[in-house]
Amino acid sequence: MENWLPKLPIADWVDAFVTWLTTNLDAAFSGITTVLEAVVDGMVAGFSFIPSYVFMILLTLIAWKAANKTIALFTLIGLFLIANLGYWEPMLQTLALVLAAVIISILLGIPLGIWASQKHSVKQVVTPILDFMQTMPAFVYLIPAIFFFSIGVVPGVVASVIFAMPPTIRLTILGIQQVPDDIIEATDAFGSTTSQRLIKVQLPLAMPTIMAGINQSIMLALSMVVIASMVGAPGLGADVYRAVTQIQIGKGFEAGLAIVVIAIILDRITQNIGKNKKHGGTA
Amino acid sequence: MKKIEVRNVTKVFGKSRKAIQLLREGESKQNILKKTGATVGVNQANFSVEAGEIFVIMGLSGSGKSTLVRMLNRLIDPTVGEVFIDGQDIVKMNKVQLKNVRRKKISMVFQKFALLPHRTVLENTEYGLEIQGVPKETRSMKAMDALKLVGLEGYENQYPQSLSGGMQQRVGLARALANDADILLMDEAFSALDPLIRKDMQDELLELQAKMKKTIVFITHDLDEALRIGDRIALMKDGSIVQIGTAEEILMNPSNDYVERFVEDVDLSKVLTAGHVMKRAESVSIEKGPRVALKNMKELGISSIYVVDKKKTLLGAITAADAKKALERGESLTSILQEDLQTVSPDTILTDLFEKVSTASIPVSVVDENNRLLGILVRGAVIGALAGNNFDLNTMSAAKIEAAAGNLEKLEQSGLPNSSNQPMLTGNDDFSSQSEGRGQDNTNKSSFSSPADETPNYDREVN
Repeated sequence: MENWLPKLPIADWVDAFVTWLTTNLDAAFSGITTVLEAVVDGMVAGFSFIPSYVFMILLTLIAWKAANKTIALFTLIGLFLIANLGYWEPMLQTLALVLAAVIISILLGIPLGIWASQKHSVKQVVTPILDFMQTMPAFVYLIPAIFFFSIGVVPGVVASVIFAMPPTIRLTILGIQQVPDDIIEATDAFGSTTSQRLIKVQLPLAMPTIMAGINQSIMLALSMVVIASMVGAPGLGADVYRAVTQIQIGKGFEAGLAIVVIAIILDRITQNIGKNKKHGGTA
Repeated sequence: MKKIEVRNVTKVFGKSRKAIQLLREGESKQNILKKTGATVGVNQANFSVEAGEIFVIMGLSGSGKSTLVRMLNRLIDPTVGEVFIDGQDIVKMNKVQLKNVRRKKISMVFQKFALLPHRTVLENTEYGLEIQGVPKETRSMKAMDALKLVGLEGYENQYPQSLSGGMQQRVGLARALANDADILLMDEAFSALDPLIRKDMQDELLELQAKMKKTIVFITHDLDEALRIGDRIALMKDGSIVQIGTAEEILMNPSNDYVERFVEDVDLSKVLTAGHVMKRAESVSIEKGPRVALKNMKELGISSIYVVDKKKTLLGAITAADAKKALERGESLTSILQEDLQTVSPDTILTDLFEKVSTASIPVSVVDENNRLLGILVRGAVIGALAGNNFDLNTMSAAKIEAAAGNLEKLEQSGLPNSSNQPMLTGNDDFSSQSEGRGQDNTNKSSFSSPADETPNYDREVN
C-alpha cells in the first residue's frame, strides 16, 4: 500500500486552492465581508436602540403569541436574568450573529432543498456536501475563513452558516418528499404545473417539517457561538471563551447559562410557529 | 360516439423491450418476470368507452386495473399503445397539451380520497379550477354547486380530517365534478368505505350519472359493485383483459374458467329481485261476487285474495272474514275491498324487499308499472332465498341470468337503483283519486310503519 502508490498530495491541492481563492476572488470576499458586517452591526445597533425592558416585553409577547403563557413567563424571567448578570449587550450580539447565520441558511437552504427535492441528480450532489459540512471539524474551515473574511464577526457567521444550514436543506427535502404519493397524483391528475404543485401543495404540507429544520439550524448556530468567538466574533461566546481560558469557572457558567436561556427561548418560539402552521395535523 | 379508445396499451415496469417482444409472442406474465426481470402491469389492453357510459374495470389486486386507469390520463405512461380521448392520442401529446386534457376533459377520484389536508372542503373542491386561473368568485360558486350535488352543503369550511370517510370521498367526488370534465376516472373510489356507506355512494353515483351523463371509468375489485353500477364490465387478470361485456354477458357466458370462478361468488341477495322469488298470485275479478271469492279461497286454503279488474290491474285485497260478512249482507266486493296494499316492482332487489315483506299483514304483491298484478311475495320464499336456499328461486340458473339482465335493464331504463320504491299506483284510471292518494301514501311509507294496526286479522299467508 505504502510504496506502489505515492501519497496523494491532497493537502497541497487544498493549499493551492485556498491561495488561488484568496488572490483571485479577493474582491468578492471583501464584498461579502462588508455586507455581512453591515447586516450584523445594523442588527446589533437596532437591538441596542430598543431599551432593554421594551425588548424583554416584546420578546415575551412574541413568545406568548407563538407558544403559550408558560414560555412567555420563562422568556421574561430568562431575559431579566441575563440583564441582571450583565450580559445584555453580549446577548444582543449573539442574537444578531445567530439570526444572521439562520437567515442566510434559510435564504440559501430552502431553495436548494426545493431544487434537490425536485431533481434527483441535484440531491445526489447535495447530500455528500451536507455530510461534509456537518462532520468536517469546524476549526478546519475556520482558518481559511480568516484568510477570506479576516478576523471578526463575519468568519463567525460563515462558520455558523456552514454548520447550521444542513438541517434546513435536509428537512426541506424530506418534508417535500414525504407528501403522500396519492396527493401528488391527485394534484397531477387535475393538471397542475410543477410550480403550482410545489406552491399550493408540497410546500404547505412540508411546512411543519421545514420549520423543524429551521429550528434545528437555530440550535446549531447557537452551538457555534463559542467557536465563532475564537475568530473574533463578539457576544456571549466570547465571554465563555475568555472565562474558560482564564479558568474562571463561575463566570463561564454564567455566560453559558445565558446561552442556554437564549437557546430555549428561540427553540420554543420556532417550534410552536411550526405547529401553528399545521391546521391540526397532516395526513 | 367513442369517448375513450384504448388500443393495444401495454405497460411494462423494468426492462421493457425484450418483455414487449415476449408479450407479443404470447408469453405469460410469470415467465416474462422469470426471463427478463420485468413486471408486466398491463398486457395489450384494447377497449373503448362510449360517451355517457359507466365502464367498470374489475379484477383482483395486482391484476393491473389501477395501472390501466392511470394510463388513461397518463399518470402512468404506457410503454406502448395508443389512448384516444375524443379522438386524440394522448400518448403523443406534449406536456402542455396533456395538462389541458387533464384540466378540461378528465377528472379523477381516488381510493384514499387524496384530499389536501391544509385546505378546507371548499378550497379542496376549488382546486381544479384554481390551477386553471378561474377567478375566485366563479370558482367558489362552481365548487359550491358541486358540493350541493354530493350533499355536502354546510361543510364547506371544515377541514377534510374532521369528516368521515364517506364524506371525504364526497369531497373527492365534488372536486372531480367541479371542473366539469366529461370523463370521470374512479379508482376504487368506494373501496375504502364501509359496506353500507359504499352502497349509498353507489346509489348516489347512479343518481348523479342519470343527471349528468358523464363518461365514467370505474375501477373495482368487487363484483357486486361492478354488476350494480356497470353498463359494461371489463374483467382483468394478470394484466390482461379476459372478458368485456354487459353484466348479463359475463354472468351468462363466462369466457373462461377464471371468469366463471369469479362469477360463482356473486352475492345473490344483491342481484336477485322480486321477480325471481315471487309466486303466482291468486286473484278474483272485481265483478265476481263474494260467493266466488269465498269459494276460491276455500279451494286454495288461503285467508285473503287479491282483487283485480279485467286488465288484471290490482285493485286491492279481501279477506275471507269480510267476504263472509258481505255475503250475508248481500253486498258487492267493492264494499269490503282493502286498498292500502304494499306493492313492489319486479326489479326490486331482494335485500330491499326483506323489511316490507316481514312487516306487511297482507302479503306484498308484485306489480308492473301499470299496476298489473304479476305475483305475490311469500315470506318464507323471500327469507329462504336470502338465506341462500336455491329451491326458493323459480329456477336457479335462469334466476342468475335474469338477475344480471334485470339489474342491467333497470340501470338502462332509469339510472335509478331504487326506482321500485316509487309509487306504483299512480296514473291508474281504475282508481278513484282518493284511493290513488292512499296507495301512493302507502308505497312511499317506510316499511317500519306497517299497516297492520289498521287492518288486523290478515296474518295467514296465501300458499
